Amino acid sequence: MDNITEIIPILLKGLKITIIVLIGSAILSYLIAFISGLCSLSNNVILRKFTGFYIEIFRGTSLIVQLFWLYYALPILFKIDLGSDLLAGIIAIALNYGAYMSEVVRGSILSVSKGQTEAGIALNMTRAQRMRLIILPQAVRMMLPEFGNYLIQMLKATSLVSLIGLSDMLYYGNLYRSTHIAQASTVYLLILIAYFILALPLIWLVRKMESFSKKGVASE
Amino acid sequence: MNSEWSWEIFSDAFPFIVKGVGVTFGLTVASFLFALIFGFVWLFLRRFPFKTISWVFTWIMEFIRSTPPLVQLFFLYFGWPSVPYVGATLSPITCAIVGLGLHFSTYISEVYRSGIDSVDNGQWEAARALNFSTPQKWTKIILPQALPPMVPMLGNYLIIMFKEIPLAATIGTVGMLRLAQDYGDQHWAYLEPLTIVALLFLVLSYPSSLLIRWLEKKLNHKFDKKHASASL
Amino acid sequence: MIEPIVQFHDVHKSFGNVDVLKGINLDIKPAEKIALIGPSGSGKTTVIRMLMTLEEPTSGQIIVEGENLWQMQKGNKLVRANEKHLRSVRGEIGMVFQHFNLFPHMTILENCMTAPIQVRKQDKETAKQNSIEMLKKVGLGDKLDNYPSQLSGGQKQRVAMARALVMKPKIMLFDEVTSALDPELVGEVLEVIRDIAHEGEMAMVLVTHEMDFALDVADRVIFLDEGVIAEDGKPEEILQHSNNERLQSFLHRFRNMS
Repeated sequence: MDNITEIIPILLKGLKITIIVLIGSAILSYLIAFISGLCSLSNNVILRKFTGFYIEIFRGTSLIVQLFWLYYALPILFKIDLGSDLLAGIIAIALNYGAYMSEVVRGSILSVSKGQTEAGIALNMTRAQRMRLIILPQAVRMMLPEFGNYLIQMLKATSLVSLIGLSDMLYYGNLYRSTHIAQASTVYLLILIAYFILALPLIWLVRKMESFSKKGVASE
Repeated sequence: MNSEWSWEIFSDAFPFIVKGVGVTFGLTVASFLFALIFGFVWLFLRRFPFKTISWVFTWIMEFIRSTPPLVQLFFLYFGWPSVPYVGATLSPITCAIVGLGLHFSTYISEVYRSGIDSVDNGQWEAARALNFSTPQKWTKIILPQALPPMVPMLGNYLIIMFKEIPLAATIGTVGMLRLAQDYGDQHWAYLEPLTIVALLFLVLSYPSSLLIRWLEKKLNHKFDKKHASASL
Repeated sequence: MIEPIVQFHDVHKSFGNVDVLKGINLDIKPAEKIALIGPSGSGKTTVIRMLMTLEEPTSGQIIVEGENLWQMQKGNKLVRANEKHLRSVRGEIGMVFQHFNLFPHMTILENCMTAPIQVRKQDKETAKQNSIEMLKKVGLGDKLDNYPSQLSGGQKQRVAMARALVMKPKIMLFDEVTSALDPELVGEVLEVIRDIAHEGEMAMVLVTHEMDFALDVADRVIFLDEGVIAEDGKPEEILQHSNNERLQSFLHRFRNMS
C-alpha cells in the first residue's frame, strides 16, 4: 500500500488514451446508432436487411473478439490499413455498441404515440418533416437514459484496448505489475477506483436523464 | 504472415478451436449460476434494516457494476495472492467464475429488484395480514410471482455473459479465444482462427437470442420501461 | 347544381376479415355541416379517417375537389397514389382527434405555428400572428407559452382545433372530439365548434354522440349502421321523426344516457 504515490502518476499516463478512446467511440457509436436505427425503419428492404445483418453480427459476437478481428484480420482480409491501433480500438467499440443502441433508437421512435404521426399527417407534413419536428424530438428524450447507460458500458470497454497494445491505464498498470508483482492488488484496485471516479458523473447524468425523459413525450 | 484468406488454415484450425467450446460453455454456466446466487445476496444486503450497512453495500455494488470486468479479472488473478489475510492464489478458472460472476451479479440483482417491485403492493399487505413469517412471505408469495417475468431478461444476461467469457482468455482460461490465439501464435496466422471464433459465437448465441425473444413475446411481459435502463 | 367538394363512390373497407364499410356513397357540398352518427363499429370513424388519408379504402374512390384522392394517373393507367399525390390533395382537409394529439414538446403557440411554416412555407411572423389570432378566438390567448401538459382536456381540444384551423382547410373533420373529455369540459369545446360552424366557410363532418348539438349545428345528419348509410337527411327528420327502427333504438339509448 506504500507505493501508491509511485503508482498513481504511472497510471495517469494512460488516462489520456482512455479518455480519447471513450470520446471517440461515444461520438462514433451514437452516429452509427442513429443511422442504423433510422435505416432499420426505412421503406427500402435492402437497407433494412443490410442493417439487420450488421446489428445481428455485432450483437451476436463479443467485443473482445471483434476487437482482435479488426486488429488482426481487417488489414489482411480487406487490405484496409486503419493507420493506427487507436482507430481500430475506437471503431470496434463504436460498431459493437452502435449495434445495441441502434435498437434503442428504433424502439424509441416506434414507441412515440401513433396519434402524433396522425396529427402530422392531418397537418399535411411530409414524412421527413414528421420525423424531424415531431417524432425525433420525442424519441430522443426517451433514448437518453439508455444512451447514458451505454456510455458507462463504453467506458468499461476502453480497458480492452490495452490488449491491442494501446497505452491506456490498464496497459501501464500491467507494465508496472510485471516488475512489481507484490503490488498487483494495489495497482488494479487503483485502476478500478480511477474508472469508478470517471463513471460517477456519468451515473449521476443517467439518473438526471431518467427524470427528464419522462416529460415532453407522448408514448404508447 | 499470410496476406490472403486460406481455406486450408481454416479447416486445419477449426477442430483445434472447437475443442474450446466445452470450456467456454462450462465457464458461462458456472459464472451465470454464481451471478444468479450472488444477485440475491446483493438484493438482501441492499434492503438491510441498518441504513449504514445497506448504503455501504449499495456503493460496493455500484463500484463493481461500473468498473471494467477485465480489470477485475486481473485484480483477482494477479492481485488476490498478495491481499493481506485473505489472499490466495486463484486458478484462472476460479478467477473467471468469481470475477465475471460477481460483476454480472450486480446486473442480475437489478433484474430481481425490478421483478419484485412489479409485484403488486397488495400482495405484501396480504402476506402481513395472514401473518406469514418473512422467509415464508418471500418463498411462498413474492418470489413465485416475481420470477416468471424475469426469465427472458435473465436469459439475455446468460447470452451476454457467454460473450464476455473470452475476457478470461487474458488470464489463461483455455476457451475458444485462447485456442485461436495459440493457433495463431503457432502458425503465424490469426485471420482464420479469429474468424472461426467469431462465427462460433454467432452460431451459438443467435438461436439462443431468438429463443429469448420468443419467450419474451410468449410471456407477454408486463415489464415497465424503467427496467430496460438497468440492462446492458 | 353545386359541385360536391367530396364524393365517396362505392367505398369499401375491410380490416383483415372484418368488413367495416360495405359500400359508402356520399356527396358533401362546400360549407355543408354534417353530423355522422351510429353505433360503435358502424365505421363512422373509418369514413373520415379514409378522407384524411389515415386509412386506405379496400375498394372504391374518394374524390376531393374533383381529384381522385387515393389514385392517380400514371400515363394511361390509374395507379395507387404516391405520397406526393396524397399530399397535394389532402392540403384542404383538416382533422381534430378524440385524444387531441398535441405535440407535447412544443408550446401551444408552436403547436399552431409549425405546420403553416413548414408546410405552407409561411414566414415566421405571419404564422405567429395568425396563430395568436386563432388561439385568442378559441379563448386561449393568455396561455400561448404553456405546454399541453399544463392544460385541461377542454383547453387541449381547443388548441387542437386552433392548430387545424390555422391551415384554413376547406373541409374539417371532427373525430368524437368530446368523447374523451370530462362532462363539464364538453361545453366549451362545443361552443367553439358552434362558432366555427356559424362562420360558414368550411365543410364540416362531425362524428359525434352529442345528439342535441348535432340538431343545433348540422345541416344534415347521416346515420351509419353496419357499414352502410342507413339514413341521411335533415336533423329534425332523422333525430325526431324517423321511422327506422334501428335508428330509434340507437337514439333511445342516447336519450337515456344523457
